[in-house]
Parts: sequence; structure tokens; C-alpha cells
Amino acid sequence: MTTAATRARTHPHPASAPRPDGPVRLAAEGVRLAYDDRVVVDGLDLRLTDGSFTAIVGPNGCGKSTLLRALGRLLRPQAGQVLLDGRSIARTPTREVARVLGLLPQTPVAPAGLTVADLVARGRHPHQSWLRQWSAEDEAVVTEAMAWTDLGDLADRPVDELSGGQRQRAWISMALAQGTDLLLLDEPTTYLDLSHQIDVLELVSRLHAERGRTVVVVLHDLNLAARYAQRLVAMRDGVLVASGTPHEVLTEQLLADVFDLEARVVPDPVAGTPMVVPVRRLRQA
Amino acid sequence: MTATADTVARTTPPDPGGRPRGRAVTVRVGPASARFRWRAVVVPLVAAVAVALLGAASLGRGDYPIALGDVLRTLAGAGTEGQAFVVLELRAPRTVVGALVGLALGLAGALFQTFARNPLASPDVLGITQGASVGAVAAIVLGGGTSTGALLGGLGVPLAALLGALLVGALLFVLAWRSGIDGYRLVLIGIALWSVAQALTDWLLTRAEIYDAASAYVWITGSLNARTWDQATPLALSLLVLVPLALAAGRVLGVLQFGDDTARGLGVRLARAQGAVVVVAVLLVATAVAAAGPIAFVALVVPQIAVRLTGGSRPPLLASGLLGAALVVGADLLTRTVLPQALPVGILTAALGAPYLLWLLVRGRRTTA
Repeated sequence: MTTAATRARTHPHPASAPRPDGPVRLAAEGVRLAYDDRVVVDGLDLRLTDGSFTAIVGPNGCGKSTLLRALGRLLRPQAGQVLLDGRSIARTPTREVARVLGLLPQTPVAPAGLTVADLVARGRHPHQSWLRQWSAEDEAVVTEAMAWTDLGDLADRPVDELSGGQRQRAWISMALAQGTDLLLLDEPTTYLDLSHQIDVLELVSRLHAERGRTVVVVLHDLNLAARYAQRLVAMRDGVLVASGTPHEVLTEQLLADVFDLEARVVPDPVAGTPMVVPVRRLRQA
Repeated sequence: MTATADTVARTTPPDPGGRPRGRAVTVRVGPASARFRWRAVVVPLVAAVAVALLGAASLGRGDYPIALGDVLRTLAGAGTEGQAFVVLELRAPRTVVGALVGLALGLAGALFQTFARNPLASPDVLGITQGASVGAVAAIVLGGGTSTGALLGGLGVPLAALLGALLVGALLFVLAWRSGIDGYRLVLIGIALWSVAQALTDWLLTRAEIYDAASAYVWITGSLNARTWDQATPLALSLLVLVPLALAAGRVLGVLQFGDDTARGLGVRLARAQGAVVVVAVLLVATAVAAAGPIAFVALVVPQIAVRLTGGSRPPLLASGLLGAALVVGADLLTRTVLPQALPVGILTAALGAPYLLWLLVRGRRTTA
């Protein structure tokens, strides 16, 4: 997936500029997020507009995955609220949410022996019922999702026998089959080598550009985040430090403030997006 | 609100990459639709036929062999008085109890194993059947002795066993519940409860008179001896409710398998779904062991056999139940016909089921459950 032809697609920004004034689809309002007594995030506000592609970045333990879990109603805020299309996500029936918002946890587990086709088919669960277990629409959507993610040849292979990159593609295909406008992904490139990281992010980028998905992704790699996302949200110690376009957020000052990193920021020679060249770690008291 | 892009999907060709579609069959009638894998249909059908054949043989075979034609005539109400007594009063309830107990244990095992994502999570390991043993042994050993013993003795062994199983099941549920049930936690708590129940049973047995101990021991092994309609009828009535509930859990089980986050992301009300699955599975086990004692290994081994026969990612519910029924009825038939002396059926279910599973494991491609 790193041929010249695909590299042409790695400039997603000019084609689909961010629409910061579009309707807000998902918002956190003064949320306090905690595991039992340990408060991770307190009083955080975030608004995600329709059709945006946002990457949440920050050092380990900054609360970015916790925030994503709250946005996906996996974690209930102790204070404040998460709004999906202006409505409290906690008070919306979870099945209804599942038809609008899909999420891909970090390192999801597929049961042993489950085939790729069956995995993708499970994405239809929120659209199914006792009576309606496998409609013509389910079939069409699943078939199309597999073709779109280039999984046709792997349909009958067990998920646990796939390589890491193929497996992540299968999970993204399932999220596509779920047919939701919004998609939250928690570090989808974990454990993947660089070419498969690119492969996965290309796919997510296409979901955004070609299928109009509103995407929120937690990413570790700042250069990839800057290249693929339209908007970066930088967090440290549970606090939202900066948000904006990659150019606005990825500054040398911010890298020092958020990552304790002395670094140069230069233009990415391929995509023109900001690229971080680390110099050394700053020791902070 | 739904993604407009997906409506485009309908117009795309249905078969990318020449993927073989023949293995699954889709049924659509009006608004209803479902999809089955062929093997998931064939295996239960074959198992059902096996149960019917073994059941018919079980009605005819024994100390007084009756030809199949006569068995059928008797079932139709046209047999002799002697035949009617042997078939309808002695063998039919025994066969029915055997089939239903196997059905319940197979289903419960499939529910627990899928829920906990662990093939070891069978009701034998989780302490529920040991709970039944404590109740039953207490009723047998203490019956008439202490005041509690007299109370238990008055209840009768099946009710005491039912109470024991339900008590352990309730403890399991309450202790494992933390705004939802984690499969791993369930297994660990179950093992702890298992050892407590086992210790209690051993303690009761050491105190028992030798005659009581022997009869308690037969009960612990699991036996279909001398079962009457008194056991068969309540069992059948409770399964009439529980089996549809268990089968209904199948749809949500397929999603629970993915772990909590993914299941919730797909719109499953996690705590409710998990609670429902555990309650139904506990009730299935409790009613089964109350009727026949803790017949060993059925709940553990049958779902694993079933999943290897049908393929797929989890033990199939219906196939597990029917194969469980076939195993128990078949094992009971063997104890009464081939073997020189009538053994408790629980000995044979383990002796038959375990080698078959080993064979499937050795020749199979699957490395895990």
C-alpha cells in the first residue's frame, strides 16, 4: 500500500477541508472521568463537528483513551456529560447510539475460530432483532464493507490466524458494516509495523474522505496524526492543552509543554504537514 | 441519521472475490430473516434423530426386552398390561429424565463456556453441581438426625439438591457481580465455591453411616435408576420455560464473546445480558441435577464436541443440548444392557465423552476452545 499511486492519496487535506462550523455531532461538557476514586480527567470540554477527522494525542497516561471511552459511552462521567447530536448519550438507549456511533477498542479480541465474514457480520447487530436476523440489507452492507476493505479473499479465514494488519482491517470492516456516521478508534495502529500503520490509517482516512464518516482516533505517532487528521487535540495530565489544525497544534513549544520534548518541527517532505524531529527529552522537576 | 453511503451498498455486486457462499443458508419470510450455517443445521438434526433412536432402544432394552414394534404399540396404548407397566412406568420416565437432563446440561455448559470465553467454565467446575451434592448428601446423611437434617430429609433428596444448587448459583451470581459479570472472575469464584462445597460433602460423608454413605455416593455419581414421572414431569415443565430462554440468549452471546467494550459498542446492554445468561444457566443446571444428580462431564465435554462438529466460534446451543441428551440416554442404555452390572450413568458419560473429546482434540486443527 505504499506505492506511488497510493501516496497520491496521502494528501487528504486539500480535498476535504475541515468544517469547524459544521453541526456538532459529539461533545464533552465539563466531564470528570475517573476509575473508582482515581480522577483521570476533570472539567474537560470538547466539540467534534460533523465530517471532521480528529486525532487525540498526548503522552502515556494523559487520559486520551479514557476520554475516547467516555465519548463512546463506555465510561460514564462522574460529572458533566457527553452529548451525541445534542442529546445526553447516557440517556439515549445504547442500541440507538450503536446505530450512529461505532467504536473500535484498543486490541479487540475475536473469539477463536471466528471467520472474517462472521466478524464483519456482527457489525450488523444493532440493526438486527429476533425476527430480523439477517436481512437483505445486512447481507448487502456486509458484502460491500468486505469488498471496500479488500477482505474478499480472507472471508473464510479465522480472524485469529490473520496478521496484525489484516486483523485490524477486518475490525475496521466490521465498524464500517455497523453503518455509523461516527467512528471512534483507540490506537488502531498499536503493534503494527510502519507499512501496516500506513495501511490502516489510509483506510480510516478513506472512511472519512469517501464515506463521510466523522472520525476520532487516539494516536501515539505525532507525524502520522499530523499527516492524516484535520484536527489535533493535545492532552496532558487529563487537561486539553491545545486543539486545532496540525500546523496550529504541533509547535516546538507545545512539544516541550506536553511531551517534555525538545524537538524541531519541519514540513513533512511528502505531505507538507508538520513533522516532529526529536532532539532530546527535557527533564522536568 | 443512518449513513447514506450504506444505501449505495445495495447496488454493488453481492459476491466480491468469488467467495464461496454455499456454506450458509439464508431464510427470509416477510419481515423475518435468519441465516444458518449448514453444519449448524445438520448436526442438531442428526443429534435429534440419534436421541429418538436411542430413546426407542432404551424403552425396549433391559431385563425384559420388548421388540420395537411392541414398544410403539404400547406407546399408542395398545400393548399388554405388563408391557405398558415396563415401558410407560419404568423405562419411559427414566428415558425422558435422561434426555432432558442431558439437554439441560449441554445447554448450560454451552452458555457458561461461551459467556466466560473459557471451555473449563462448566457447571461442574463452577461449584453448582457440588452445591446440589451438598444438599442431597445432607438430606441423605442427616435425614432424621439433627433438626436441620430432619428438615432437609423432609424435603426429600431432589428438593434438597435443587436448593443446594440454587444457593451456590446465587452466591456465584452475587459474588461475581460488579455492575456486570466478568467471565474470568466468575470462574475463579466458582472454583472457590466448588472447593467449599466439595469439603462440605466430604465432611458429611465421613460422618455418615455406611449404608447412607453408599446411597449418597451413588447420588453424587449421577444416576437414572428408579426415576419416575415424579422427577420427569417437573423437569419437563421447567425446561419448557428455560430452554426457549436459553436459545433466545444465543443472539446476544455471539456478541458478548467479543468482550465488554466491543459488545457495548454494538449496543448490548451488558449487565442485563450477562445477568440473564448466568441466571438461565444456573437454573438449567439446578433443575437437571435435582432430577438425576450431578451427571459428570456432560456440561463440560458436550459443548466442546458440538463446536468441533459444527465449526464456528462458539459452542452451538441447540446442538449442545441435543448431543447432551443423546450422550446421557446412550450411556444409560449401555449401563443397562451391555455392562454386566448396572452402573450409575454418570460413570459412563465421563468414560464415553472424554475419549471422544480427546480424539477430536488430537485430530482437530483447532488449538483453543
